Amino acid sequence: MSHATPGRISLDPRFAPPFPQAAEQMLRNPQLRKNVGHAIDVIQAKRGKLVVEKADWQELRSAASAIRFHVLDNLGAYLEQFEARCTAAGGHVHWAADAAEARQIILDLLRQENATEVIKIKTMTSAEIQLNPFLQAAGINAYETDLAEIILQLGDEEPSHIVVPALHINRSQVREIFARAMGLKNLSSEPKELTNAARTYLRKKFLTVPAAISGANFLVAETGTVAIVESEGNGRMCLTLPQTMISLVGIEKVLPRFQDLEVMLQLLARSAVGERMNPYTSLWTGVTPGDGPQNFHVVLLDNGRSRILAKNKERQTLKCIRCAACMNSCPVYRQTGGHAYGSVYPGPIGAILTPQLMRMKYARTLPYASSLCGACYEVCPVKINIPEVLLELRSQVVNQERKQAGRFFDLMYLGLRIANLIFATAWGFHAAQRMGRVGLRFFTRKDGWIHALPSIGAKWTQTRDLRGLPKQTFHQWWATRTKEGK
Amino acid sequence: MRASLFITCYNDTLFPETGRAVVRLLERLGVTLDFQPKQTCCGQMHSNTGFRGEAFSQAKRFVRLYQDAEIVVIPSSSCVAMIRDQYPGIIAELGNEALRKDFEALVPRVYELSEFLIDRLGVEDVGATFTHRVVYHASCHGVRVLHLGERPYKLMAKVRGLDLATLANVDRCCGFGGTFSVKNAEVSSAMLTAKLQDVLATKAEYCTALDNSCLMHLGGAMHRQYAGMKTIHLAQILASTETEAAL
Repeated sequence: MSHATPGRISLDPRFAPPFPQAAEQMLRNPQLRKNVGHAIDVIQAKRGKLVVEKADWQELRSAASAIRFHVLDNLGAYLEQFEARCTAAGGHVHWAADAAEARQIILDLLRQENATEVIKIKTMTSAEIQLNPFLQAAGINAYETDLAEIILQLGDEEPSHIVVPALHINRSQVREIFARAMGLKNLSSEPKELTNAARTYLRKKFLTVPAAISGANFLVAETGTVAIVESEGNGRMCLTLPQTMISLVGIEKVLPRFQDLEVMLQLLARSAVGERMNPYTSLWTGVTPGDGPQNFHVVLLDNGRSRILAKNKERQTLKCIRCAACMNSCPVYRQTGGHAYGSVYPGPIGAILTPQLMRMKYARTLPYASSLCGACYEVCPVKINIPEVLLELRSQVVNQERKQAGRFFDLMYLGLRIANLIFATAWGFHAAQRMGRVGLRFFTRKDGWIHALPSIGAKWTQTRDLRGLPKQTFHQWWATRTKEGK
Repeated sequence: MRASLFITCYNDTLFPETGRAVVRLLERLGVTLDFQPKQTCCGQMHSNTGFRGEAFSQAKRFVRLYQDAEIVVIPSSSCVAMIRDQYPGIIAELGNEALRKDFEALVPRVYELSEFLIDRLGVEDVGATFTHRVVYHASCHGVRVLHLGERPYKLMAKVRGLDLATLANVDRCCGFGGTFSVKNAEVSSAMLTAKLQDVLATKAEYCTALDNSCLMHLGGAMHRQYAGMKTIHLAQILASTETEAAL
């Protein structure tokens, strides 16, 4: 089968290649870059207009940040409150310490219902725990119902964005996937025809499949309510038609009060898709007899989150409401798209979340996948200081390197260690400048520029020249000037 | 007014003309300048690459060298951002109470060049002449950490003969990012290409900024591509007059 994105990269951080390597592969794909750039420009322009019209945008961000920090400070209490209220309303709450436990809980629940099929609302947590392949291996087919997720599932593609997961695929590629998977030879690439094809495909699933799986955007502790926002109505179908509903939710998603949704929903729709309000906001509390799913389960997923919670600088990662504004604003993501990050969580938030979920054992190149430009922090609706966390994680990576014997063969490591000695004294610095001038003379052309450097320097000169070192440093000039009595 | 010049390791070694321009400019405006010859580096490269222990020693060194200075002027927005944004955390982590106090007393007196001119000296018209078409690259740290805002534009507006071009996507990173440009050279280059497209579209003769690190990145690509545009630090534009050309 031909893929819209050739050269598939694993989104399992344990098997994904290092970021620079994966990114280079993506950079060689003009179609992908065009699709990503176009999609992001559209979202960014829409978001920009809506932020400007909101006079209290910064106050909203501050409020959201305060709410999210308050939740993290009292997470245990709010989760227990949620559990009590949800249970009282007829729901069942399960606690999963890790991905394996969460998968098993969900499988057991589906087996109790004798389900062989399940429909799904787009959920990042299920991608995080790789639920679909697990269910398939256990004989249960999971059908995605979000349009973009259908495209990915039918095209055997990987998601490249957390809100618009198929943004790397354009309309004509969607047509190809649908035509092939649905057997519709005469399908055109008109949006109306494409959505109609998806609708026909979906309607059958909605009416026949007895169980559904969702994630959640928020849990409300005060009321035991689960909240999901979406654009297509597929979520509403999944939340009303099946008999059994299972919501897999990260433990950090809880909010204290119903009223807090006011702040969060204003920020989320604008940040995520550049809309004042998302078309469908579903809120449900436990079970309502005779209406909607009669078996309702919430699986609360830890999977490394409480470990992040315990860390002073990193815990702000858990404030995230998965709006993707950080990746939409990121100049790195803009070039590479999401697959380069080798994780279901790409972009700046993925660069800090993935290595932490992996206990810093995998994805160690991700904290370096940023120029630290700060655009992500500027747009983050809950004010996660992503650059600060990136720096913290980088220092953890370096501290790991300090213990490895191979560090003496790593030129970057050696260079920075030596540079530290050089910068410790003025004479050391000045001696290094003199040596550098002599050493670089060999590479400097007559026009005073360096066009090619060996070793690590080649990484610079592969695309840029470097001006040769001037004959006189500033401090030498200053010393001469002072001597001359100026 | 007395001010001490922290030229930064980068400018000292690679762009001494920027330092000379700052001296010419500030002396013309009546500022008496000091130069602390023991200065080396602010530690940004180390901190941004994850070598926090190494950055500790540079931060400490900076505070000790400048704690008695009346004012510190730095012609590099990212180094000022390092001092203002990262030093507090670094120094808190060191747990050295005396150092923290000295730093907190010092940091309000540390200025990026355009901040010093506008906020401290209160001048917008520095008496400069530069008869060229210029495009201004708003460096990320200047925009998002220092919030320089209109300051550089105010200064450029008063430069005689300067024809300022409008840059599309002005707040987008050029892809330098220090060691990022080497560790992720391919992505950095892709970002650079995108930036360069916007910059070259202005048909300016010079691309200026308040940070030579971005300019080295942009200028290196311009030179490689025979792009017909040069880079110049804003200090050099501001230092040039009708009689004294840009350095």
